[in-house]
Amino acid sequence: MFIEVDGVEKVFEVRKKTGFLKRERRQVRAVDSLSFTVARGEMVGYIGPNGAGKSTTIKMLTGILTPSGGRLRVAGIDPSRERMRLAHRIGVVFGQRTTLWWDLPLIDSYRLMHRMYRIPDARYAENLDRLVELLSLESLLDVPVRQLSLGQRMRGDIVAALLHDPDVLYLDEPTIGLDVISKAKVRDFLRELNTERGTTVLLTTHDLQDIEQLCSRVMVIDHGRLMYDGPLAGLHEAGESERTLVVDLERELPPIDAGPAARVVKVEGPRQWLAFPASESAAPLVARIAAEYPLADLSVREPDIEAVIAKMLRSLGDTPKPPPDRATA
Amino acid sequence: MGAGRLYTAVAAGGFRRYATYRAATAAGVFTNTAFGIILVYTYLALWDEKPHLGGYDQAQAVTYVWLGQCLYATLAIQGGGVEKDLMERIRTGAIAIDLYRPADLQLWWLATDLGRSLFQMLGRGVIPFLVGAVFFPMALPADAGTWAAFLVALFLAMLVSFGIRYLVALSVFWLLDGMGVNQVLMVTGIFFSGMTLPLNVFPGAFGEVVRVLPWAAQLQMPADVLMGETGVAGAFAFQAAWAVALLAAGRLLQSAATRRVVVQGG
Ligand SMILES: Nc1ncnc2c1ncn2[C@@H]1O[C@H](COP(=O)(O)OP(=O)(O)OP(=O)(O)O)[C@@H](O)[C@H]1O
Ligand SMILES: [Mg+2]
Repeated sequence: MFIEVDGVEKVFEVRKKTGFLKRERRQVRAVDSLSFTVARGEMVGYIGPNGAGKSTTIKMLTGILTPSGGRLRVAGIDPSRERMRLAHRIGVVFGQRTTLWWDLPLIDSYRLMHRMYRIPDARYAENLDRLVELLSLESLLDVPVRQLSLGQRMRGDIVAALLHDPDVLYLDEPTIGLDVISKAKVRDFLRELNTERGTTVLLTTHDLQDIEQLCSRVMVIDHGRLMYDGPLAGLHEAGESERTLVVDLERELPPIDAGPAARVVKVEGPRQWLAFPASESAAPLVARIAAEYPLADLSVREPDIEAVIAKMLRSLGDTPKPPPDRATA
Repeated sequence: MGAGRLYTAVAAGGFRRYATYRAATAAGVFTNTAFGIILVYTYLALWDEKPHLGGYDQAQAVTYVWLGQCLYATLAIQGGGVEKDLMERIRTGAIAIDLYRPADLQLWWLATDLGRSLFQMLGRGVIPFLVGAVFFPMALPADAGTWAAFLVALFLAMLVSFGIRYLVALSVFWLLDGMGVNQVLMVTGIFFSGMTLPLNVFPGAFGEVVRVLPWAAQLQMPADVLMGETGVAGAFAFQAAWAVALLAAGRLLQSAATRRVVVQGG
């Protein structure tokens, strides 16, 4: 297995002022007996609510955080012990941060990567050309990074993470804040990277479409624990997630009767909202409504990932979860 | 070697980065020139009262002033070098990115700071110094050997200066905020480097102490080497000893920081 995570824990000690000269020590269990493996060439979505422990996991996988317990291997290397050696095998993009030199042209950062990762000259030239073309950055190479838009900078960061041909790419919210076109570009690129080069990808995101379009496998983490590991469809089932069909009729009508396949959740003038299972096709439903009602327009809304996860966690979650942090005074 | 090329590239980046701040550089040139003029007249008045104060004659006192203005930003005597960025990166957690790269953190920042120093000297320091040399009598050496020795002393001063500021910056891993330490850095830097008065004017035990602190390696030593006021070998040894000690302490603190301490932010 390329990535092995076995019973890994991460406990943060936080000190909090509770009064004059009084401090309370608390432990935050960010990751709790986490175990999974990822095979070479897999593309895995790693999702969960805010504070679930995703970024913490990625930091441990890059070696910049030492686990409090458990065993962790990436390409056979213990990340926190051999951070430098591992560095040549991995690429990392933290969507909220940049690896690029802020005040200098984009190309300067790439030249630095060339030296830092000791990429052979021919390889570097070839990779740079290919990546820059795929991510449409040609015209931006001489622009100082601080003048790039968020989406341009993100693409710039992805190039920087891949110049040295890493075996695995960790992406922590790579599409955060991007517009639809930039998102599509990044996704197309990642898909190609994975299929053509066989790069293993671990991706955290709050955007369900990232997962839908890229990952055959998802892992859901909550309060530092792995709650689900399997295909996306299974997640929809477990979360009984629903898509929404928004129907605009030609005039105000009573709630649509669409049979057992869907139910009306909201009516507002001629517009009606129908919920139906995310695992079902919308086609028969649309056909039925179109046949029976004066249809003006319609659109389908994907379920919100947080809602799906929340539902899934609730459906699993019989037992109340332990709070994420426990005071030990 | 690969590493040499990497850190050369990093230093070049540091140089070019500071070169992009044109307005700040122009303002700095102006400030250092104006401040130099004020200080020169103050010193001249003082040296009129007490000739040969600290063993300097008037021309040497003037030279000391202009060298101080030249090295003020070069050696980031009151802070404001790369340690400012480093503190910010630690505080916000952006340091994570520096840590997963296959590069040594200390060498990386040292190279950046050397690039910065070089730019600050050429872009900002040289002009006030030339202004001083043109309009005031200065005690500059005529032989190339002394100038060469001065450049070596200056390079060692850069290492010491970085050594101090790197230690201070790493403290943010524990303190989580650089406000307090920045103030300390500023006050100690200005006073103990001899920016207000040359360290050799201070009498008694206090004088003995300030002259062996690491800050003495920053301005006082290069100045005395330039003006032939001290033995070159002794000056180099003093500076090198502090450079080695500070950089070694920086390495220790760095490994403690990256091992024990937590990277901030999600
Ligand atoms: N440096 C730190 N010190 C203390 N607690 C921390 C630290 N970093 C993270 N935590 C805590 O660990 C938990 C997991 O944080 P993490 O950043 O891994 O979440 P995440 O899944 O990435 O969330 P998000 O979706 O918001 O990015 C949170 O409860 C957080 O408060
Ligand atoms: Mg996160």
